[in-house]
Amino acid sequence: MRIALFSTCIVDAMYPRVARATVDILERLGHEVVFPPGQTCCSQMHVNSGYFDDAYSIVKNHVDAFSDWDYDVAVAPSASCVVSLGHQQPMIARHAGDEGTAIAAEDVAGRTFELSKLLIDVLGITDAAEQLGSYFPHKVTFHSSCHGMRIMQLGTRQSDLVRTVEGLEFEELPDLDQCCGFGGTFSFKNADTSGAMTADKVKNIESTGAEMCTGGDVSCLMNIGGALSRKGSDVTTLHFAEILASTKDNPLEVSGPVALTTTTGGK
Amino acid sequence: MTVTQLGMPKVFHGTGNIAAEESFTSFAGRELKNEQLRANLGFATHTIRDKRAKVVGELPDWELLRTAGSEIKQDVMARLPELLEQFEKNFTERGGKVHWARDADEANQIALDIIREQQAEEVIKIKSMATQETGLNEYLEENGVSAVETDLAEEIVQLGEDKPSHILVPAIHRNRSEIRDIFLKKMPHIDKDISDNPAELAEASRHHLREKFFRNKVAISGANFGVADSGTLSIVESEGNGRMCLTLPDTLISFMGIEKLVPTFQDLEVFLQLLPRSSTGERMNPYTSMWSGVTPGDGPQNLHVILMDNGRTAALADQVGRQALHCIRCSACMNVCPVYERAGGHAYGSVYPGPIGAILSPLLTGVEAEENNSLPYASSLCGACYEACPVKINIPDVLVHLRGKDVDAKHGKGEEGNKRQAPDQMDAIMGGAKAMFSNSTLLSIAERGLPAGGLAAGRDHKISWLPGLIGGWTKYRDIPEPPKQAFRHWWKKNKKNGPKQRAASDRVDVDALIAKNSGLAEELHRRHAGEAQEEREEAQEQAAELKKEQRREPDMVRREEDLLKGQDDSSNGTTGEGTSSQEGND
Ligand code: SF4
Repeated sequence: MRIALFSTCIVDAMYPRVARATVDILERLGHEVVFPPGQTCCSQMHVNSGYFDDAYSIVKNHVDAFSDWDYDVAVAPSASCVVSLGHQQPMIARHAGDEGTAIAAEDVAGRTFELSKLLIDVLGITDAAEQLGSYFPHKVTFHSSCHGMRIMQLGTRQSDLVRTVEGLEFEELPDLDQCCGFGGTFSFKNADTSGAMTADKVKNIESTGAEMCTGGDVSCLMNIGGALSRKGSDVTTLHFAEILASTKDNPLEVSGPVALTTTTGGK
Repeated sequence: MTVTQLGMPKVFHGTGNIAAEESFTSFAGRELKNEQLRANLGFATHTIRDKRAKVVGELPDWELLRTAGSEIKQDVMARLPELLEQFEKNFTERGGKVHWARDADEANQIALDIIREQQAEEVIKIKSMATQETGLNEYLEENGVSAVETDLAEEIVQLGEDKPSHILVPAIHRNRSEIRDIFLKKMPHIDKDISDNPAELAEASRHHLREKFFRNKVAISGANFGVADSGTLSIVESEGNGRMCLTLPDTLISFMGIEKLVPTFQDLEVFLQLLPRSSTGERMNPYTSMWSGVTPGDGPQNLHVILMDNGRTAALADQVGRQALHCIRCSACMNVCPVYERAGGHAYGSVYPGPIGAILSPLLTGVEAEENNSLPYASSLCGACYEACPVKINIPDVLVHLRGKDVDAKHGKGEEGNKRQAPDQMDAIMGGAKAMFSNSTLLSIAERGLPAGGLAAGRDHKISWLPGLIGGWTKYRDIPEPPKQAFRHWWKKNKKNGPKQRAASDRVDVDALIAKNSGLAEELHRRHAGEAQEEREEAQEQAAELKKEQRREPDMVRREEDLLKGQDDSSNGTTGEGTSSQEGND
């Protein structure tokens, strides 16, 4: 199968290791990955901030970048960005009176999957240890991002996959359904409220005794990780793709307080 | 999408207590420093939240009920003029009088005129969001009429010369000893040795009110529902004070927003299931009163309803925003909202706090009203409100829509008369990001600057678009160390894309794969469900412990709940715990 990777802007610029882990997992399963080079961002930050006119040209860019290539499915390691494709892009195109782009956006969105959904619902993965060779001998808790949980209705797909990793000790997070306080520009527009929400999330994470908190959206993880780091906590955050990519032969290296790096080059 | 089009009549925005005087951000910033308030709100909202989740979980057709509620309300909005006239006709035929009020001032004036006709100097009231919206009590006070709130929590707020902070539990911010002090000060015949025992306080309140119920000739209410095909009005409540107000006085004046209609009597079936469960977490509320016109010799003989617009037509004209008018004021959205839980109700300025307030207030006043334009941003868009809303109002979508209108207004677009404002910091950030996100070549060049350490400085223009690189972010969080290389550059160096196009024979039937794997996710979920459930219970226990530690004076937060329980138990013998007062009255 040919899979087009939509890395998302924040992974591309700040967490390339998450995109590399995604590529690694998919190639391990024998699939061809392409990276449409015209891609940038889903436009969510602009839409959620009310900048609909600015968002329009970003939407057009995404639709062009992904309509141009022949692939079976596209994948993004983020529920939030995938939701934005189907939910917000057509609205933005229509707002600008561009029905053609709206329909093309719906088409691209219809072929783009969040990573855990692709792995389970399309590729039939239900046991990471067995089917992917995933090995990660650490105590891990999991944060469920709001958009995956409520808009995409991902259910427990991401955490269920994490639970099947060999050597991993899973700790359930209290108040799992509570927002981490990120909310895009909310995090600095209403910094105090956002900070209070994040502080509570961090307390819950620390109460689990886990070494790391994983999840499916690096934006939430950057928020949580940033607050943990500010507090001087040893707990770090990482994307679940990184955990799935880690194997006995090629383990994920924990290096430093915030950053983790993959050593995989993909084969 | 502009609301006003040329040749259309002017849009009338709402007036009254629906406009904030201070931005949400700065008000919330202050409230957040009040640790006690935060702990109290956290405890109270979580308690109601859990109760709601439990009783909602009991109904196998809950989602269908929500859909029905949403569709009935959509129908009402589509046929509002027709249904209002039908209601007017039926209410009038059955001996009532219908008044139309364009805004808060008109509604208050109409009520005052009726009260003056009756030569009353005091009136009794059932808790009502509509009259809070119009500021009726203050208006009457200025005109020499005192309005006595008969709902316990509302009475506490009124006697304490305070403002409500929740639409259902207005005195959520008061504790019992405070209540005792308020009563001692404001109730003339009270026993001076009264303790702060909830039952004693409820008893004092009952004596105080009973006398008012018998003495007064005029009552004022809101209305939960107005039924178009019968001209019926309905009030849903827990304490029984509503029933007293609706039956004892000779004159009854009900304030009702024009959106409160349902087409037929049978439609009430849906809402009377949705409201109590969403609101107080009860299966059924203790009192549901309905009145259809005048019955000679029984109940009020002089019956009025004031149909109030106050910005609702403007909200209706907004295609995305109009769903806010579906609201039945159950308060579920604020009880589940993480922002409300921290900032509290007063931060929203308007009488409508929480997620619904963040959309309804700016819709009623126009988002262009400067005071209210901070409200659509008072949300992380987590979606908990939408999930809980019994009539499926997609609050996050409306919030985003209103942000769009706010930005348009600032850019001199949208409603006529909007002036272009000088570009601010947000405009600069968004403009720069737009340029890069619309062109991958520009983005690629910018990303080359990542390892240069620009991030650490946070002032590098090339990377200023990154979420959170500004002000508020670093107040509470660190910025992660930037990577050596953006992903696109790594890809270019280490990988190669295949050709853009492929032979048709290389394509895979994805739909067939999905069909084959259908049910896998559920199977996987089930495999872990048992252990997950156990862990979850353990985790929740830990969280509860944590919260207990955070609560410095646990007794304080139970106050209102206890108080109302005391009232319920002794006054009407219901066994249900009354955590609330009036249910979603409007
Ligand atoms: S918007 Fe809020 S108060 Fe209104 S019906 Fe929905 S949940 Fe209830």
